[in-house]
Amino acid sequence: MRSFILSRILQAIPTLLAIATITFFMTRFAPGGPFDSEKAIPEEIKVQLESHFGLDLPLFHQYLLYMKNLLRGDLGPSFKYLGWQVSELIGISFPVSMTLGTCALVIALIIGLPAGIIAALRKNTIWDYLPMSLAMIGICLPTFVLGPLLILVFSSTLNLLPPLGWYSWSDLVLPSCTLGLFYAAYVARLTRAGMLETLKHDYIRTARAKGASPARVVYKHALRAGLLPVVTFLGPAFAGLVSGSFIIESIFFIPGLGKFFVTAAFNRDYTMVLGTVLFYATLIVSLNLLIDFLQAWLDPKAREQK
Amino acid sequence: MNEPAGSSLGKDAWMRLRANRMAMISLFLFLIILLFSLLGPLFSKYRYDEQDLEKVFLAPGAEHWFGTDNLGRDLFARTSHGGRISLAVGILATFVSLVIGVTYGMVSGYNGGKIDAFLMRIVDILYSLPFTIFVILLMVMFGRNFLLLFLAIGAVEWLTMARITRAQTISLKRAEFVLAAHALGYSHTRILFHHILPNLLGPIIVYATLTVPAVMLLEAVLSFLGLGVQAPMSSWGSLIKEGAEKMDAAPWLLSFPGLFFCISLFSLNFIGDGLRDALDPKSSKD
Repeated sequence: MRSFILSRILQAIPTLLAIATITFFMTRFAPGGPFDSEKAIPEEIKVQLESHFGLDLPLFHQYLLYMKNLLRGDLGPSFKYLGWQVSELIGISFPVSMTLGTCALVIALIIGLPAGIIAALRKNTIWDYLPMSLAMIGICLPTFVLGPLLILVFSSTLNLLPPLGWYSWSDLVLPSCTLGLFYAAYVARLTRAGMLETLKHDYIRTARAKGASPARVVYKHALRAGLLPVVTFLGPAFAGLVSGSFIIESIFFIPGLGKFFVTAAFNRDYTMVLGTVLFYATLIVSLNLLIDFLQAWLDPKAREQK
Repeated sequence: MNEPAGSSLGKDAWMRLRANRMAMISLFLFLIILLFSLLGPLFSKYRYDEQDLEKVFLAPGAEHWFGTDNLGRDLFARTSHGGRISLAVGILATFVSLVIGVTYGMVSGYNGGKIDAFLMRIVDILYSLPFTIFVILLMVMFGRNFLLLFLAIGAVEWLTMARITRAQTISLKRAEFVLAAHALGYSHTRILFHHILPNLLGPIIVYATLTVPAVMLLEAVLSFLGLGVQAPMSSWGSLIKEGAEKMDAAPWLLSFPGLFFCISLFSLNFIGDGLRDALDPKSSKD
């Protein structure tokens, strides 16, 4: 198990370095530069700015410099928010996205898991059909349709919740529901499939034959294996929450990292773009690692294979 | 597939699909949407980019069936034109991902050994990347190029296709008809494309049907962020974006494109599920 963990961590490092390299050259080969779009800055000042940020050096030199700083954990200064470090900007905006994502995930699990379990236990009854049809609708209703609809119903018509902004706790409700309901639908479907598969196994029949109560069979015996597909899904789900948050943040005007990233890419704020991509990549890669370990812990068979 | 065995497999699958009520309803709905997108502009008196500033924000009625937007453009024409773009992006990008994924997966599975391990390791690594971020980055940095949109989306979606194809190829390459082809001295290319590929068609069709809605969703996300199709052109994604901005004044601007988009995703997903049950009864358990 320890060598498995170690080898996966060692694999993650070159992956991240490769991402840094690709993104670096991708941003640099794109047309435009950080000081182009501005209302015509005088030529001398632009030259000054570029030499201040080392943009006048040969490209490969810039790359080596960036990588050297990166290995020390320094993401460099932002080219657009002058006087700010990229890490400071991420430090301000990421907690916002994180709060949103966590709430959405909690909503997804609170709704999705029970719905899936009940549907599997009452297969082919109304308790199966109803939640599963709703889940199918949930999957096909994209966040950017659901979000405006929720605003229309709950703020414009009923006046219950604020439509946009990020000032108080009530601002959190609509965005995290919008993001969470989609994943709730997915989780419900996966839980149902996983539970149905597990309930067929011999050891469940044995447990029942030994007189374990239905609740005990579900919680003690079936759930652990039945939830495996859900755990596997958490990795992609998290990546999806990240990109989903771009949309949500632009619908509800939330100052999260997603919005910063898109703005930075438009502005050619090289260091900010690189910093955000690397930050997200590190996050997703380490989360995938965590999920691999969790899976190995839940499923002894997968542990042996690896 | 003109061999008798192939046609009977197809007939069997069609019988099973016919028995699946949800799939048949979905097929019907999707055909309507397809016809609406293809033929809609012929029935409309207005062009999708025709402005009439005296008729802004008209509610749906006899003159403008779906109403008009803030520039007096007819929403019926815009929705059906948007459907063409959305469906075209969905189908073409799926095709790109299919070509990459199937070739990659077949080569990997057929060769096996070290080549296979290496190629699949790359797929594993790519799987763990925040791809949507890269697509957004590409679209922002290099402009809203239509070709780039296909390539970027296709490049994201091929990974799962490669995995599915590889797994199938591995199980097929030990089949007796492949051994027979080897014995007859056929080249590897011929065996791959003439003997293995036709047997992969089932899973490929199923997965392609499920990829089309995923691609349409990604295109809509990009358009919603203002990175996809630009006005006066429209896709359902960009129409939904405009509708969401003006929904207080004119809710129909959000509801018509939203409805068409959701029904397309809904029906394509059900058709995909139905095809999986029909073409590959063994895998329908999961």
